[in-house]
Amino acid sequence: MTAMQKKRPWLRPDWRPDLRTCLRLSPRWAPYVFISPFLVLFAVFGVFPLLFSLWLAFQSWEPTSGLDAMQFVGLENFAFALQDVWFWKSISNTLWLAVAAGVPQHVVALALAVFLNSLVGRWRDVGSGLYFLPYITSTVAVAIMFSSLFSTDFGLVNATLALLGLAPVEWLTRPEHIKPAIAVIVFWRYLGFNVVLYLAALQTIPRDLYEAARLDGATRWQQFRFVTLPGLRSMMFFGVTLSVIGGLQLFEEPFILTGGKGGADQSAMTAAVYLYRMAFDFNDFGGASAMSWLLFGLVVVLTWLTHRAFKPAGGAA
Amino acid sequence: MNGGTDGKSSDVEDTVNGNGQHNPAARAMACALVAVGALLMLAPFWLMFVFATHGRGTIFDLPPPLWFGEALLENLRILTSRIPFWRNLGWSLYVAVASTLLTLLFCSMAGYAFAMFEFRHKRALFALVMGTMLLPSFMNMIPTFMIMDVLGWIDEHRALYVPGAASAFGIFLMRQYALNAVPRELIEAARMDGYGEFGIYWHIALPLLRPALGTLALVTFIGSWNNFIGPLVVLRSADNYTLPLALRSLQSTVNTEWGALMLGSAIATLPLLVLFAFASRQLIAGLTAGAVK
Repeated sequence: MTAMQKKRPWLRPDWRPDLRTCLRLSPRWAPYVFISPFLVLFAVFGVFPLLFSLWLAFQSWEPTSGLDAMQFVGLENFAFALQDVWFWKSISNTLWLAVAAGVPQHVVALALAVFLNSLVGRWRDVGSGLYFLPYITSTVAVAIMFSSLFSTDFGLVNATLALLGLAPVEWLTRPEHIKPAIAVIVFWRYLGFNVVLYLAALQTIPRDLYEAARLDGATRWQQFRFVTLPGLRSMMFFGVTLSVIGGLQLFEEPFILTGGKGGADQSAMTAAVYLYRMAFDFNDFGGASAMSWLLFGLVVVLTWLTHRAFKPAGGAA
Repeated sequence: MNGGTDGKSSDVEDTVNGNGQHNPAARAMACALVAVGALLMLAPFWLMFVFATHGRGTIFDLPPPLWFGEALLENLRILTSRIPFWRNLGWSLYVAVASTLLTLLFCSMAGYAFAMFEFRHKRALFALVMGTMLLPSFMNMIPTFMIMDVLGWIDEHRALYVPGAASAFGIFLMRQYALNAVPRELIEAARMDGYGEFGIYWHIALPLLRPALGTLALVTFIGSWNNFIGPLVVLRSADNYTLPLALRSLQSTVNTEWGALMLGSAIATLPLLVLFAFASRQLIAGLTAGAVK
């Protein structure tokens, strides 16, 4: 301590001016002071808005008409959402995208991680780094890039198809094609994240287990099935949960690719995009709040189902 | 040395397991496949930079250009005349730096408190912190707009960097790191010497937390730099836009200037690629920290 005091004399207790001694924190109150920024920000920007949105879900209100114009309408907003064709369409779009982008993501990530794990250290890092790169880049920049790649007349995707002798596809303007295009972008963006997760989990599986399996005459596939997969289960649960929660929040890619509207025939309007439009395009804040709570319920249910799916002993050897 | 042992053990696998299922040809195939996959991962970045140097004349050639063109300056001229590009870039930087500094301060304070002190309701409060991580982002969209409206923060940049400054992820990261990196005896000794609690945090704990602070800074900076929904909900005037919002506004004009748009996207991507080149390991560790620990 003395060395530090010599280097920084202002640290010495007797150096301090009186005011500072008065303001000095006691160990008893210090922790509360240290977490107070969190508590204040959480109260102002977390709890209060959330309660407000719950209250708003039972009101009819447009922000332009001032707070006085708010009217209690009971469950009407919820009833409206549940009867709204676009609401259900947006949910089915969201689920479609979550599955179409999520399932291949995990299958490919798993295979890639197993392969990369068999490489020497440096190549493993280079490989996982390259696949991880899309994850850190701006979603907007990337979505803009892809909207050029997928454009009908001059996009690189269609140019490649033409080289193979195939007809051009109207990726961004036809309802049946825009969802696959978005799924490709989401797959591209999040694959590497899952690779890193699985790679980290693979490295926690003890090598002895493979030795033992080999001595028992297990084939490579059997080793994968009875050693690798069970060893990855908790990480799989975690990764799939993240994909479920993330998939249900999908907003930026469909928003940019459809110019903020949801695409032809609302075919790429995810739940989050519809929520945004409901509030900021259609000015129905009550309805949008009710919808956000319904969606939150869906997230909770799906997370719980994921938990159930990974819980029971399936492949534990 | 690490690489050596790894290579050896995979050799062992090969010899023991080489009964037809694991031949060199299959392995070469797998390597080629993974390499092609990696190229596909990088291709959009390459094309983004290539397209940024092409003008109307060549960008839509068939087949599209795969090498740099000559329209870089022309694209820059279009970009800066259509939107206040440098201003937008400056705002992006300003918000990212402000949000990083504030996050480092608040998260290290809270994380330090959760790691080093015993106090009433500590466990409940920490559960609260973790609980905020589970809330989907769309839940916040409308309430955030309304609270900013009430505070008069619409079209103000502080609406972007203040609310998230005590992020659950950051507090969690700091707490985990402080548990191992800050010896309690050192804190006790400093207290005996008569240091105040804030002095201990600032002069003793904070320097010890430096590696974790670096990771959190990277993650926060990138998150803020890429943030789209926040500015979309809060910012109103094109002069105040951050980059992602400005680029998006460029796209929605009737006659999209693809070359200029690609140049803007490339400039928005460049700092991230540089960060990645220098700190990829730390970045990957930070961005997956919640999962891997």
